[in-house]
Amino acid sequence: MASWKTITRRSFLVLGAAVAGGAAFGAWKIAEVPANPLVPGPDSVPLNPWVIINADGVTVIAPRAEMGQGISTTLAALVAEELDVDWQQVRVLHGPPAQAYFNAGFVDRMSNEPDFIVSQRPKSHNAILAAVPKILSLQMTGGSTGAIGGFVQMRLAGAGAREALKAAAAKRLGVAPDTLKTEGGKVIGEKTFTYAELAAEAADLVPGDVTLRDPSTWRYVGKAMPRLDMVAKSTGTEVFGIDTWLPGMKFATVRMNPRRGGAMKGFDPAPALAMPGVAQVIGLGSGIAVVADNTWTAMQAAEAVKIDWAEADYPADTEAMMTRIEAAFATRPDSRMRDDGDVEAELAKGPVSGAVIEAEYRVPFLAHAAMEPLNATAWLKEDGSLEVWCGCQAPIMTRDACAAALRIDAEKVTLHVPVMGGGFGGRTDPVPAVLAARVAAAMPGTPVKVTWSREEDLTQDYYRPAAIARLSGRIEGGKATALWGRTATPSVTRNALARLVGFAPPGPDRGSVEGGFDQPYGLPNYRYDGHVADLTVQLGFWRSVGNSMNAFFLESFIDEMAHAAGADPLAFRLDLMRDTHAPSAQLLENVREMSGWDGLKRPGYGRGVAFCYSFGTPVAEVLEVQQTDAGIRLTRAWIACDPGLAMDPGIVEAQMTGAMVYGLSAAVHGAITFADQQVVERNFPDYDALRMPTTPAFEVAILQNNGSFGHIGGVGEPGTPPAAPALANALYDLTGIRARELPLNRQFSFAG
Amino acid sequence: MSITLQINGKPHEVDLPGEVPLLWALRDGLGMTGTKFGCGVAACGACTVLVDGEAVRSCQLPIGEVTGAITTIEGLGQPGNLAPIQAAWVRHQVAQCGYCQSGQIMQAAALLAANPEPTDQDIDAAMQGNLCRCGTYPRIRAAIHEAAAMMKAG
Ligand code: FES
Ligand code: FES
Repeated sequence: MASWKTITRRSFLVLGAAVAGGAAFGAWKIAEVPANPLVPGPDSVPLNPWVIINADGVTVIAPRAEMGQGISTTLAALVAEELDVDWQQVRVLHGPPAQAYFNAGFVDRMSNEPDFIVSQRPKSHNAILAAVPKILSLQMTGGSTGAIGGFVQMRLAGAGAREALKAAAAKRLGVAPDTLKTEGGKVIGEKTFTYAELAAEAADLVPGDVTLRDPSTWRYVGKAMPRLDMVAKSTGTEVFGIDTWLPGMKFATVRMNPRRGGAMKGFDPAPALAMPGVAQVIGLGSGIAVVADNTWTAMQAAEAVKIDWAEADYPADTEAMMTRIEAAFATRPDSRMRDDGDVEAELAKGPVSGAVIEAEYRVPFLAHAAMEPLNATAWLKEDGSLEVWCGCQAPIMTRDACAAALRIDAEKVTLHVPVMGGGFGGRTDPVPAVLAARVAAAMPGTPVKVTWSREEDLTQDYYRPAAIARLSGRIEGGKATALWGRTATPSVTRNALARLVGFAPPGPDRGSVEGGFDQPYGLPNYRYDGHVADLTVQLGFWRSVGNSMNAFFLESFIDEMAHAAGADPLAFRLDLMRDTHAPSAQLLENVREMSGWDGLKRPGYGRGVAFCYSFGTPVAEVLEVQQTDAGIRLTRAWIACDPGLAMDPGIVEAQMTGAMVYGLSAAVHGAITFADQQVVERNFPDYDALRMPTTPAFEVAILQNNGSFGHIGGVGEPGTPPAAPALANALYDLTGIRARELPLNRQFSFAG
Repeated sequence: MSITLQINGKPHEVDLPGEVPLLWALRDGLGMTGTKFGCGVAACGACTVLVDGEAVRSCQLPIGEVTGAITTIEGLGQPGNLAPIQAAWVRHQVAQCGYCQSGQIMQAAALLAANPEPTDQDIDAAMQGNLCRCGTYPRIRAAIHEAAAMMKAG
């Protein structure tokens, strides 16, 4: 695929236009005046564009990381909707790091209120725009925000370009622009012009106000569009970061201190340098890089280097870490984001004629384990500039980190962001790009591709933290009257932001309690506390972040309460939700009907239900399991979700299914453990996932009732949180054994 | 010392020692990057190619030991000229990140060559070595069934 640079160069040649990179539209300046948020940026037309028109068609700049979630297709469809181009004419590129590409979707993630309350508020686009200054540097993909942030921005870019093209045609014809029509990449009047013919003139024109089209006229948005990357990904022609290919390039790998964050006391490169094909061994302070004439030789040689590692600053093993996490319960809660009614008084009533139950749950550390191992390519040129190729979720931060590492100006760094072979939150850190830049600095003039071995990828990840939760609840007359949840875990947000931007954000840590405090259960007495543990293991954002743990805690415990109440677990949840949030309750009705919930109960089978509202989207899941001679099988799964506006139902379905598989994989197999301060699991045989025979069959229902109009929930993450509790609840139904610790393969025997 | 490999119907010379796995000869020696590296230990299937029609993990096969004709994803079909199995993949919109799909498609191609009408159980058995962290298995299964039907109809 063409890179940003080659396409702009080609456009320039084709058009010969005075504007660098051809005709570029969409560099709108966002004003602070709420009444009229759009004014064109007269001096910024060639900068930060979203739309490039050349003889091949239309290229949309989709400045979000494409990790498989289909965001580039969805963002392109939003532009195409307003621009009146045929889908075959649309190409998409990631574009360079730039502040114009801030992610407005993060505005939705800046509140400490439960999502289900925030999404019901009427959403004014002005409110989004007013918050822009806060997030100007957030060209970042994460939090399931990509489509939300692009919803207005990308349509405006398309509409603005369309109006400019019409104005150019109007000028040629000497008529008013509103007498002209646009269709299939052409402006139609008494004469017809292709967009390519008009592009150079249109680039100089400033359209007036634009009105976005009425949703009832949409042709692309809301439909399952053929993904723009599908043919390339089915023919081996997609160019991932790991496929970067430059003339004369060398191949390298890294081996960093397995005691994370520890230094390197010394190393002996001799055994590696003695191997044929090895060019160089480079010390990196806390590890080494080996450069060779192919990646395999580099990896063999890296293993041969003798290294004396220093210690890390965290406990020696998993057990000691869990002790540290448990100790957090004795500290004052960091947060109490929900405290409805009087939990303590209600629990103090005791069982009376009902029951008071308590349970403790534990979840392990988890790795991202995307299919494409971490990698980056860097090239320090003779003029002192640096070119870097790295699939990353935060391009501006990554570019700046490379510049800082080499002590050069950020303007001297060109960063390309290729598509990623999976991310799941694991490509936020700039580390791969920075290490590649440092390797390149040791061999000026030669491009070098640095590829992590799977072992390095797994043992040098930034992990979803382990956590412990303690829950108490009271039941009376078959109903839940109180629930008090407490989660103890180190804070991902504080850990990661301290590392990434040098400071931890103030205020309570939402991440450690999300998925627990914010659910639409109308319990009269509902409290949720977060206790932040003091543990310095490297942590990162893992698909659905805190929801991935708290949904397991809360949804397992709600199940325990239902059983203690002698109630059907699905009906029990419905009772608690119906008056609190109707769209969520509707999803439980949907999965009940789709799965034939009542009929699922039969000898040899188990069924489990779970729910989680995260990233603006409620999701209910039912899972069926079967006892077979070979072990327990996951047979069928049903998902009902309500993202509000579903911009591409085909992609939503794929994301929901994939996210549930991801969650089930972790629930069955996933655990990162430590011994001697080092991660024990080194490759897929130790960190396995669901595969073809172990994956259930899926049925997905997508509803569009949630929130006020224009509400767009995330779709990449919300399918993950209910997966683990749905499975644990199904296993209870099947075996009568309550799983209170993950992964489940330690306690249950699954069919292979 | 250079070694000659028969890849996608043409001889290719690679200037690498015989112990280097085919995967890396393809990717780093020849710039054929459609075949992917996922684990290096035969645990993920991302590197799957065909050798004389059999699905093989190229990360485990030293080039000095290759005797047969190699087919990689580049040789199966191209963007303007899709093989039926690739057309089925596109129709079912299988790929998410797409990184595992070269290996999935090569594995499925070997299955269909040996077994033109695979059952779900046949698909389970043939595909279990191919990991997909994006969880595209249901669409892979559907695409294999459709490719089988297309190939049968000719
Ligand atoms: S790379 Fe060969 S099986 Fe994983
Ligand atoms: S499509 Fe991403 S790993 Fe399979």
